[in-house]
Amino acid sequence: MNTLVLLTLTGLGLAALYFLIASGLALIFGLMDVLNFAHGAFLTVASYAAWRTAEAVGGGPGLLAALLIGTLTGLALAAVTELLLIRRLYGRPKEQILVTVGLSLAIPALVQSYAGADSRTFPVPDALSGTVGVLGAQVPVNRFLLIGAALAVLVGVHLLLTRTRYGLVVRAGVEDRAMVSALGVDVTRAFTLVFALGGALAGLAGVLGGVYFGSVSPHRGTGLLIFGFVVVIIGGLHSITGVAWAALAVGLVQQYANYYISGGFGDIAVVILLALVILARPTPGREGPLAALRRVTRPPAPRRAIPPGGTA
Amino acid sequence: MTTTAPTAKGPRARTAGPAGRVGRLGGRRSWLVTGGVALALLTLPYSALDVPLLLDGPVNSAGSLQLFALCLVFAGLALSYDVLFGRTGLLSFGHALWIAGGAYGTQLAMERLDMTLLPAAALTLAAGTAAACLLGAISLLPLALGGIGFAMVTLAFAQAGSIWVERNPGGLTGGEEGLPLDADAVPSLFVGIGNTVNVYWLALGYLALVAALVWAVTASPVGKVWQAIRDNEQRVSVLGRDPFLHKLGAFVLASALALLGGVVHLLVTSGATPETTTAEFTLTLLVMVVLGGAGTRWGPIIGGALFIWLDHRLTALGVSDAVAGLPEPLAAPLSEPLVVLGALFVVAVYAAPGGLAALGRGRRR
Repeated sequence: MNTLVLLTLTGLGLAALYFLIASGLALIFGLMDVLNFAHGAFLTVASYAAWRTAEAVGGGPGLLAALLIGTLTGLALAAVTELLLIRRLYGRPKEQILVTVGLSLAIPALVQSYAGADSRTFPVPDALSGTVGVLGAQVPVNRFLLIGAALAVLVGVHLLLTRTRYGLVVRAGVEDRAMVSALGVDVTRAFTLVFALGGALAGLAGVLGGVYFGSVSPHRGTGLLIFGFVVVIIGGLHSITGVAWAALAVGLVQQYANYYISGGFGDIAVVILLALVILARPTPGREGPLAALRRVTRPPAPRRAIPPGGTA
Repeated sequence: MTTTAPTAKGPRARTAGPAGRVGRLGGRRSWLVTGGVALALLTLPYSALDVPLLLDGPVNSAGSLQLFALCLVFAGLALSYDVLFGRTGLLSFGHALWIAGGAYGTQLAMERLDMTLLPAAALTLAAGTAAACLLGAISLLPLALGGIGFAMVTLAFAQAGSIWVERNPGGLTGGEEGLPLDADAVPSLFVGIGNTVNVYWLALGYLALVAALVWAVTASPVGKVWQAIRDNEQRVSVLGRDPFLHKLGAFVLASALALLGGVVHLLVTSGATPETTTAEFTLTLLVMVVLGGAGTRWGPIIGGALFIWLDHRLTALGVSDAVAGLPEPLAAPLSEPLVVLGALFVVAVYAAPGGLAALGRGRRR
């Protein structure tokens, strides 16, 4: 029981990290058709900026400053990338992916050339480095910080998307971008906003990742990005809630498999989960068993238009 | 070629792709170019020419031949990746899985099953191709997400392989250290610095095989269907061809060639390294293909060879006195070849959208 509680809370902490990365990826891809490979690089740079800040300030205020600086670094980096590089390639999704691929190779190498290849210890304030007893298990306090931050982001992004004018434009753009621009709305502003928001979330994930793992390293971002992609495929590209559920599943499966099956099996289990989801998900033209059942028992719902995807 | 006289070629000109990519296998000049390149590559080991700056030693020194062999292997690997990316329009992020599979599989078969090189390579190729059929089918299923689903699923599979190698289960894969080549099981022809020239011949043979196969298949009806899938998949299925089977065919062919390339890579670098399993390794292949020119005859070959040569020279430059004399903020990034190459790539996407091969074609017009 103790172990189960510990594993669940640690898995939730990991899920929080995955959610922060994947929500930005899903928003960017859903709106702009850009598969952002530089997302992990943003995370890495932000985590190093945060590490420097936390070292310089120290203690509890140091972590707060690191969170702020890390998030702002991610935001600024993403905004600059969008304005300077991505914007000039609108309507050419393949080139956009290629540019982010180039950045994803160059930026971590750049960080490594300045900060070294070895991982650095992230200074965590005493209040967060201890453990707390939950149902008999000793759980590290920082897990709750991650879970809290992810929940706050989930609520915040949800409110932004459903309650603000920008959110309305973003949601409409995800649904049918051509129609939105035909109605005279400046979609490019929404593009920049979403890209910068994604960068900010990646930056936040970078700082929290530093707290979670207790260190920062040049290639952490790329490693986490891959799980971000997995979460996005499982959760789908059109709903933040779907991404949140998928992050939860991936984080928990990874932790449980690591402990109950064998150490290191967690990552493999995630890939197996992904394969199962893909095989079980109905593809267009071939309906799954559940959909067939529903069709027999109920008149068909009006079909939603499939947004123009087919990038690669 | 196809751009010079559309009227003379008549109906054939219509089958040419947007950049005049197909229907070029015939034609005297392309044979001349191929023959010239082959002749140059065949004479390299006999030349004692000394090229300062471009190479460390004379052309036929062991160090230079080793570098050339690596360039040739990567030219072949880039060509195999282009079967997916440039010819069929499939963006795979898991090609490294097959290259590493070829290297690790062969090495493990020699080490653990006491096989010699040839049976070990054959076993790896057979088992790997069977796995490619299975994983390819799974990767091509998530149609709902378009090409992106394929990209991400291949990435996830390759990542599983990478993690497996890194975790070193039971001391099998050597973890971060990788596996040294089992010299006893390999014919003595390919072992030792004195035999670098034989490794060079092997790499050249691999590139020749890949080029012959890829060029022949892309010029065949199957290759035309691949190109049609790249340009308009819906139309292909309306015309009664099965896009899924053709894409699976391209995936299996590319994976088999990559497996074979992994075996050659194992011999050239005298070991299997975990770097070949990473997603970054696949991204490097993508960079090579795009840099050279995706979907062209020579583009991937030029891109692969040039990238490896630049990587090698930039590494040498990074530790040279000229760079060490620079102030620290400038010297640090120059010591990491990937910084320069990544930045170069980003610039190339804007400045040369069709790759280096397209630049050459533009001049000829």
